[in-house]
Amino acid sequence: MSSQTARSNLMALPAVAWLGLFMVVPCLIILAYAFLTRGLYGGIEYTLTAENFQRVVDPLYAKIFLTSVRIAGLATLLAILIAYPAAYAICLAPKRTQPLLLFFAVLPFWSNYLIRTYAWIVLLNREGLINNLLRWFGYEGEPLALLYSEGAVITGLVYNYLPFVILAIYSSLSRLNGELIEASRDLGAGRVRTFFRVTLPLTMPGVAAGGVFVFVLSIGNFVTPALLGGGRFQMIGNLVYDQFLTANDWPFGAALGMVLIAVMIGLLLLQARASSRFSGETQGAANG
Amino acid sequence: MADAWRMKLTGRTILVLVFGFLYLPIAVLVLLSFNDSGLPTTWSGFSLRWYVSLAGNSDILHAAWNTLVVAIFATLIATVLGTMLAIGMETRKRKSTALEALAFAPMVIPDIVLAVALLTLFSRLNVTMGLSTIVVSHVIFDLAFVCSVVRARLKNFDFSIVEASRDLGASSLTTFWRITFPVLLPAIIAGALLAFTLSVDEFIIAFFTSGAGRSSITLPMQIYSMIRFGVTPEINALATIVMGVSAAALLVSQWLNKEQMTR
Amino acid sequence: MNTPLKAPVLAVDHVVKRFGKTVAVNGLSLDIRENEFFALLGPSGCGKTTLLRMIAGFEVPDEGRIRLSGSDITEQAPEKRPLNLMFQSYALFPHMTVRQNLAYGLEMERLGKPEISARVEEMLKTTDLQALAGRKPAELSGGQKQRVALARALIKRPKVLLLDEPLGALDKKLREKMQLELKRLQHEVGITFIIVTHDQEEALVMADRVAVLKDGSILQCGTPEEVYERPANRFVAGFIGVMNFIEGEIGADALFRAGGEALACDLGGLKRDQKAVLAVRPENIALKPAGAGVSGTVVDVAYHGLDRQIYVKTALSTVPLQVRVAATGPGASAAQTGAVVSLGFDAATCRLFQD
Repeated sequence: MSSQTARSNLMALPAVAWLGLFMVVPCLIILAYAFLTRGLYGGIEYTLTAENFQRVVDPLYAKIFLTSVRIAGLATLLAILIAYPAAYAICLAPKRTQPLLLFFAVLPFWSNYLIRTYAWIVLLNREGLINNLLRWFGYEGEPLALLYSEGAVITGLVYNYLPFVILAIYSSLSRLNGELIEASRDLGAGRVRTFFRVTLPLTMPGVAAGGVFVFVLSIGNFVTPALLGGGRFQMIGNLVYDQFLTANDWPFGAALGMVLIAVMIGLLLLQARASSRFSGETQGAANG
Repeated sequence: MADAWRMKLTGRTILVLVFGFLYLPIAVLVLLSFNDSGLPTTWSGFSLRWYVSLAGNSDILHAAWNTLVVAIFATLIATVLGTMLAIGMETRKRKSTALEALAFAPMVIPDIVLAVALLTLFSRLNVTMGLSTIVVSHVIFDLAFVCSVVRARLKNFDFSIVEASRDLGASSLTTFWRITFPVLLPAIIAGALLAFTLSVDEFIIAFFTSGAGRSSITLPMQIYSMIRFGVTPEINALATIVMGVSAAALLVSQWLNKEQMTR
Repeated sequence: MNTPLKAPVLAVDHVVKRFGKTVAVNGLSLDIRENEFFALLGPSGCGKTTLLRMIAGFEVPDEGRIRLSGSDITEQAPEKRPLNLMFQSYALFPHMTVRQNLAYGLEMERLGKPEISARVEEMLKTTDLQALAGRKPAELSGGQKQRVALARALIKRPKVLLLDEPLGALDKKLREKMQLELKRLQHEVGITFIIVTHDQEEALVMADRVAVLKDGSILQCGTPEEVYERPANRFVAGFIGVMNFIEGEIGADALFRAGGEALACDLGGLKRDQKAVLAVRPENIALKPAGAGVSGTVVDVAYHGLDRQIYVKTALSTVPLQVRVAATGPGASAAQTGAVVSLGFDAATCRLFQD
């Protein structure tokens, strides 16, 4: 028994060592940096301080933080509102075609993020497809400034992360016992009431998993605001980038990074707790 | 009856709309890459001229070569480590929360944070950054994805076949090569293909860990700098090729996963 | 065939196995003779599978020894032991054909190619698997998988074949057919079989000897007849077959008394003047003319084809007694709810246990 555990640990060791050395240690260094002082010429001074974290709540940066939260929140909400009906529609399709539909819903997610974002530049820019289509339909005013707006950033985020939300909600929906819905109808609830009283609560774990995923990846995003926001919409990710590559204030950049990690861990813990509570209820309902 | 029919129609409509949203932007790119004029405004005939001009762009060819080297090495290392981690985790008697968290973290950690953390580590260690540091960094998330694919296979792996092999006279080493490995192989290849596409597409971590100079620039970094200069027909052609390669790798990966499920 | 003079092929000697605080096998000893069909029978959690896995080499006992043909194999690796296990899940290699599954064990013995293929073909014939030789396990039915698993273990010509719930995954019809099939095969190949089962009927039908296990210890070990007709204690009596239990006491006159009735019984070593439980099987209770025995009322009838099980409420116990009555013949008319009947007990077939 103990020899089996030893063998299992030995198998895991190389990967654990790799992740420990190249993921955990760097993150700990960053954590330490967050409490150090920036040197006169961009280096590090070994003076302990909490100033970096105080700067995070400085109105200037707090505003960026709030913008990030708003953009990530809206993207999350929109992604769920689109993904839920999509996942439901996949569930309604014949059993044989469901895996195929799911595969093609997720396929774009694994292709190049930059290219998917770039596709929206092609669509949204002043000489882009949408403005051209409008002109073709007889629009004669100034071309619309669709690109480099908050809307463009949100669209890009929704577009990029939608497949994962569909996948998460689908896996919740497909595990739902169909008899529960029939039982609810049998007990006199209409289609709408059944959805809100039975289906939706039981698929909340999938919604939560997808939502947390979109929010976490959106709030720390760097590419989408840089390309579709055109630098006009700074988010935390861009701020981190700037601190490390242009402002050369690594301690402050490190503190911002730690805030991102804290948000991520907090949301994941919340989601884990919520989903374990919900899945417990699912189990009970399925057994009963 | 009418109710069910309406339900079906609504479902179909939603699917058409969502798939349109997902695929139209990509379709436009692909279409434009074959447009002779290269402009979204006018279709001036089918042409491969942008692909030809791509083939003559030495910057892009160099970046593509770098990307290939990074992806191959990162995939090889990650496949070995990720598979071993998966086996180690699934053969444990008791689940280890710390191990679970460690294997999950690379998939959810914001890439910008991992990127700056690695930059800090490498500069502290005075490592000369280049393709090798990108490989080291890519292995982190590659191995996590390989691990999750192989673990999914191990979840419905009947471990009694390992005991059966021992019982029939095979040593544990023989058992691994003749039983465990062949049964896991489709999942390992599927995981490796996924890791390969992730590595080929990864931008931010490569950007931060590639060091100064253009010698170790990768394809996504090249694409990023091209995009910042605006829309050019060459990017459309490049994007079409990159997405084609990813899609092919994923189709094979998915097919392998399905094969083994039906076995 | 089980002459007691034969040396045991497998000896389990005071074996103890603990998992954490629970004791799975508690100082158990067992001798298994050559060519014997031996059954380890017990409810789930009694330690029978742990015992089997220790014999196969997948668990090492905390105390005690296990000997095979006189040599100590207690700590030997499973691949080194000249005995084989047929797994409950069958554990067929999914990526190999039936033929490759069979050849695997012989390849491990580094036999020559011609010999391996000759023995594989022979075994395919013995187990009637020739038509399926090229198939993969996923293309086989449950019964076919079971045969392949058996063939794969037998082809190694082990000294002892261990079978872990070999028929558990099959449906009732097939299970009954395979019970006889297994017994025939065991005679044919002349290998010692040790089977683990929780199904008492299976053990009685197939085995030469049965060991009844509970909480890691053997409660009784003997032929099916001995275990069925002369159970050693109340647990064995209740676990095997259907049994009526009547709570009462032994009087000073050596009669068993319950509910105002008195029955003559073999005391079987029990003292007078103490509480006792009388155990009697449904087929050993006779229907008598009115007034000749213990009278009672039929409260329920269960139809079983050839015979009927009637439930008779008497003064003896609060639970109605089960009595087996032939569907035709003298007792048939009694098999009606509400009928008043008289029951006769035979001292030879009633057994008394200490409470």
